[in-house]
Amino acid sequence: MSVSTLSAPAALVGSFTPDVFAAHLASLPPSLPGWWVARKRAAYARFASLPMPTRTDEMWRFSSIGTLTLDGFTLAAAAAAGPLAPSGIPEAARLVFANGRLVSRELLSTDLIARGVIVDTLHHALVHHDALVREHLLAQPLKLGSPKFAALHEAFLADGAFIYVPRDVQVDLPIGVCSHAIGATAAVFPHTLVVLAENARATVIEYFGSDDDTSAQFAAGANDLYAGHGAQLTYIGKQDWSHRALSIQSNSTVVRRDARVQSLNLHLGARQARHESLSRLAAPGAFSEMLALTVAEAGQEFDQRTLQIHEAPNTKSDLLYKNALRGTARTIFSGLIVVDPDAQKTDAYQSNRNLMLSDEAEACSLPGLEIQANDVRCTHGATSSRIDPEQEFYLQSRGIAKVQADELLTFGFFEEVLARLIDPDLHEALRLLIQTKFTK
Amino acid sequence: MSQLDIIDLHVSIGEKPIVKGLTLTIHSGEVHAIMGPNGTGKSTLSKAIAGHPDYGITSGDVLINGASILSQEADERARAGIFLAFQYPSEIPGVSIANFLRAAQQARMAEGEELDASAYYKRLYSKMDLLKIDRKFTSRSVNDGFSGGEKKRCEILQMAMLEPKFALMDETDSGLDIDALRIVADGVNTMRGPNLGVLLITHYQRLLDYIVPDHVHVMYDGRIVKSGDKSLALELEAKGYDWIKKELAASAA
Repeated sequence: MSVSTLSAPAALVGSFTPDVFAAHLASLPPSLPGWWVARKRAAYARFASLPMPTRTDEMWRFSSIGTLTLDGFTLAAAAAAGPLAPSGIPEAARLVFANGRLVSRELLSTDLIARGVIVDTLHHALVHHDALVREHLLAQPLKLGSPKFAALHEAFLADGAFIYVPRDVQVDLPIGVCSHAIGATAAVFPHTLVVLAENARATVIEYFGSDDDTSAQFAAGANDLYAGHGAQLTYIGKQDWSHRALSIQSNSTVVRRDARVQSLNLHLGARQARHESLSRLAAPGAFSEMLALTVAEAGQEFDQRTLQIHEAPNTKSDLLYKNALRGTARTIFSGLIVVDPDAQKTDAYQSNRNLMLSDEAEACSLPGLEIQANDVRCTHGATSSRIDPEQEFYLQSRGIAKVQADELLTFGFFEEVLARLIDPDLHEALRLLIQTKFTK
Repeated sequence: MSQLDIIDLHVSIGEKPIVKGLTLTIHSGEVHAIMGPNGTGKSTLSKAIAGHPDYGITSGDVLINGASILSQEADERARAGIFLAFQYPSEIPGVSIANFLRAAQQARMAEGEELDASAYYKRLYSKMDLLKIDRKFTSRSVNDGFSGGEKKRCEILQMAMLEPKFALMDETDSGLDIDALRIVADGVNTMRGPNLGVLLITHYQRLLDYIVPDHVHVMYDGRIVKSGDKSLALELEAKGYDWIKKELAASAA
């Protein structure tokens, strides 16, 4: 065997070699359905054959390609539960994962269990709710540029969260899912699948965190959110991986007739974090509100790619992504609104706003529209602004030091997004979560 | 008892001298009014004392109880006891009045000391009651979409909460109807007392009907050219600023 045939696949798989994959498969419970194991094998083959993104890929325009790597990571079972994300938010139930294994949980009330609500591991759901999982798990098209990382996620997905709320049932308190990466070089593949049946209501809060802020970890995560006819789902994701982690997250949302999904992603951690978010407005009356807040510090890169697909008439999507950039931070926003030919009366918004807190920071924006219907209302825009010196002086003239004044102004900038939250109790809790980044 | 000394102060905006050697001493308990035509440097004086970075002090000094504040940033001067009530207060979207004032209070506390939230709100509400301000006001964003009167009332509330040693009130009456003017004046009069010195900057004598000054100074071309008691304001109102200009021309000739 020549050196080149050996080295080519090594470059394509990095730490995730066929041996590592075989060990991963062997570690899975034997009860998992055959279709899932077959899908994982196929996913691994795709992962191993697909090239890494290159500088010329339009979907990776402005992204730092040279710092993407598959090397130096390990798959290891976590020895301990690790630190839990203290949210201060009362929850209906909670699942805590460490390196893809369930390490602790808070159960639903017996009343909600009796009404058919499920908050369980994907493993358990694959065995007991096979059809439901098969219909929704990683079922959406990959249109945002990471087929290789999506395949890697599917191949190595160990366990994740499965949340199901049956018809007409409302879960008042948020359901919490925590995914921890434990270990200096840990690779994790978190997944959360949420299915809301007709007229169901729920809020899901997902936390991503590391055991140590200096761990050079790797995360390839994904989630699937499905809101059935008339359902209302609020999803909050707080990404706070180690500041040396590489994270690639792919989220898919499907909104059915008259349903509403509100999602808010807080991006705080990782050295390089790519976040892909797809919303499909699949039936008339569907509404997807896509919100994101990013606090980007020196040396961090946040790369956000979004796609709003209007597949049916009278659908609405509203995207507002706000980034605050400090030091030498970089952010990239690339968003596309697609309106299918018969999606008349579409109402679609897309806005990316950047607050530049330093002269060295860099924000790139690529808003886009692709409209094939003729009776629609679509707007998009991107702005970058600096702290207004008169506002800063006003705060300083009240005794507030410049650093705190800029922090207050940043919170003021974020408030427009937080104020959109339907649940006012979440509002203050999220402010506190963001504040932790400032006081670090 | 505190004392604010402004000594031979010269202030420039860019290369252009605006305040050209102004000297004034204010003691706690006193209300001084500075009157003068537009463009004479009244607002520049107040912003320079408060520490606005665009206003360069080229010579002279400003002392609080004998200590110069000119090397201090705006926030340090505020904590030293200076309060500037703005002619045009900035709008700060997304920052509630409650959180803003809380940050300002926190800034006045020692490192590591935490503000007692319930005591803070109790004090805030008592000040609001005193100034007849609706409590719902605190959840609104600072000055965001406020009417002229609401903005000025918000300034007075801040002043009441921060309890400065010296308040510099820059054209507080501008843009106010008579009802709003009365509310603002009532607020200042409520706070007037042995612990507060006030510098009222105004173009019109109207405000001085409601806040009666102890001393009145006329400012012209960057200097104080005439000082007196409250009757000087009335004389100015009757004779107009041209009277001052003619007097100056006569004395120069």
